[in-house]
Amino acid sequence: MTSSHPSDAQAVSASSSARDAALHDVGATKPVLANPLTEKDETVRSPDLETREYRLQARDVCVFYGEKQALFDVSLDVPEKAVTSLIGPSGCGKTTFLRCINRMNDTIEGCRVTGKITLDGEDIYDPSLDVVELRSRVGMVFQKPNPFPKSIYENVAYGPRIHGLARSRTEMDEIVEASLKRAGLWSEVKDRLRESGTGLSGGQQQRLCIARAIAVSPEVILMDEPCSALDPIATAVIEELIDELRAHYTIIIVTHSMQQAARVSQKTAFFHLGKLIEEGPTEVIMQTPRHKKTQDYITGRIG
Amino acid sequence: MASPSSTSIKAQADRRRVRVRASLGRRHLVEWLFRGAGLTAIVIALGMVVGLFWIMISKGLPAFTQATLSAEVTFDPDIITAGPPPVRESGQSEADYRAARMAWEGQVARLNWNALVEQAVRNTAPAGMEVDRRTALALVSNIDRHNLRDMFVANPHLLGRTVKVDLLASANTDNWLKGTINRDLPDSRQQLSAATRQLADALYADGKIRFTFAWQIFTNTDSRSAPAAAGLAGAFVGSLYMMLIVIVLAVPIGAASAIYLEEFAPKNRFTDFIEVNINNLAAVPSIVFGLLGAAVFIRYFGLPMSAPIVGGLVLTLMTLPTIIIATRSALRAVPMSLRQAALGIGASHNQTVFHHVLPVTFPAILTASIIGVAQALGETAPLLLIGMNAFVAAIPATPFDKSTALPAQIFLWQGNENRNFFEARTSAAIMVLLALMITLNALAIFLRTRLERRV
Repeated sequence: MTSSHPSDAQAVSASSSARDAALHDVGATKPVLANPLTEKDETVRSPDLETREYRLQARDVCVFYGEKQALFDVSLDVPEKAVTSLIGPSGCGKTTFLRCINRMNDTIEGCRVTGKITLDGEDIYDPSLDVVELRSRVGMVFQKPNPFPKSIYENVAYGPRIHGLARSRTEMDEIVEASLKRAGLWSEVKDRLRESGTGLSGGQQQRLCIARAIAVSPEVILMDEPCSALDPIATAVIEELIDELRAHYTIIIVTHSMQQAARVSQKTAFFHLGKLIEEGPTEVIMQTPRHKKTQDYITGRIG
Repeated sequence: MASPSSTSIKAQADRRRVRVRASLGRRHLVEWLFRGAGLTAIVIALGMVVGLFWIMISKGLPAFTQATLSAEVTFDPDIITAGPPPVRESGQSEADYRAARMAWEGQVARLNWNALVEQAVRNTAPAGMEVDRRTALALVSNIDRHNLRDMFVANPHLLGRTVKVDLLASANTDNWLKGTINRDLPDSRQQLSAATRQLADALYADGKIRFTFAWQIFTNTDSRSAPAAAGLAGAFVGSLYMMLIVIVLAVPIGAASAIYLEEFAPKNRFTDFIEVNINNLAAVPSIVFGLLGAAVFIRYFGLPMSAPIVGGLVLTLMTLPTIIIATRSALRAVPMSLRQAALGIGASHNQTVFHHVLPVTFPAILTASIIGVAQALGETAPLLLIGMNAFVAAIPATPFDKSTALPAQIFLWQGNENRNFFEARTSAAIMVLLALMITLNALAIFLRTRLERRV
């Protein structure tokens, strides 16, 4: 049970060290290819982001929608307290992969996931794992801002309430204020917390959704093209926000925009036709991609 | 590839414009025709509605006023010979007192109250006019003697006194004075004797007979012996009971099954089968539900005939598919993004449905329910098969008592042999039913707009 408040992020990382033991054996089996370029269809792997630890790891993840396979053997390590961006042309499976991490794919009829995704060494597809608890640890921000048709306060307070994170009204007020502050929305909405969240502008709505996600103090935040419905100014605000949030959360962002990936992320993974083609530090992927398809995508030849 | 000269480009552009213009005329004509057809359809439909309302209101409004005779009634001790009511003596038991009181009331009931009515009419008639017994009693309604008796039982001090009482004129007198019967018809085809007609005209000219608001439509039950006093109270209460039963049963059951089927039930052949059957159920003629009610609720479960409980159950069955289908489509219309937002934050399936999906669909469910209930309220055919078109002259005290319903009452009055009186009564009953429906629908609209504004 992770019922910590954003303000005691240290407590989270302290308790995480206790889980390290469980992590080690996963880390040990991590395949390190001697020369990634020799094998053509293998994922190109770059050296790790050195000091990072990997609490979220995917191994040989395949996703099927009915008969159709959407994702082929994706293995990815997600660095802690950093932004990882998933890029690739439309239909390449990056959103599918993202939705595997908090098991949102469960809600899709006929969707089947094989392989293994571990969070702190725990398989999130283990039948004994409670998906509700998983989603309280792995928050999500969607492509289109989707605040609840309730007040701004209620939007943020809802998550902590259902998870029982606030013991009193004042505690709830504190959580709401801290979340809205962290999402950079507090100064804009502090005088109208009782007004409907749907009355905000698109960019504000998206920040409200981010505040809603961080109100339950997740460890990981998944963002599915969070700026695709926003104008450039709102996008810039959100990107700045993502940069600030990375100090506290592990963030995975799906984006169509290479510029955005370059601006906000430390690690980038390139997907193509359901396969993870190449992953590595963002500057390496952007400047010296090793795989032909990555090069083509970066230079705008496919996509 | 030689580039075309500027003149040929211009010629090409001109040709193109001519073609577009030619097609434009055709397109605008089609659009104009379509708009015209739509407008005509609306004008015709509105005209029909206005016509319907006009006929109903013009026919029904006169029924809301009725001829009333303000008469001087003397509570003549020669006629009222029952003596004073018993007084409870010290030492007399409650039961003994009640028995004495009952005996006295029975005695009072057996008195010749018609004589009192007759005397009152005679006293009110213009001086010099001979009024015989038959003439006097034909002028006023049969209900008046009961009313006078009730007055006396409630207030025995009236004995020997003369008071002014509004006597309800008979249905035939009402017809004569309202002109709903041809005054030129020969005596043999008139509803009233020549003497009574003359008396009615004279009293009307004197201002003794006036048209007053017909409260009895709302306070009385149906009546065959005194048609002038026939009212809707019994049917209204019967309909009210049925409506309550439908609201209490159909709305929660319908909404709950829709929520389960749409949100929780696995999608397989069995649930598909159920869905198809619910859709089919909505198309079953209502009279079939009446047969079902008669066979199952009355024959098998032994529930009473002509009772609002059976009517309510039958109408519940009939309303269920409407509510289920409307609720399911409302649930289906909730955007996926809302469910994802809730699930994404870690709400369980149940919490997602009850905290987020249902509040959004609540106005739609409410509207569907009210419209379903309003539909049930106007349904007649199934009621005929479970005996709710019986003549019942009492207001049902419970849903298990014999009763009729508003639409069944309309059906009954429409077939009444006293045509020229009950035509207006029927229209008046339709107006009451429609007013109830419009109120329900207005309530639905009001609640929907109010609730939608809140979210």
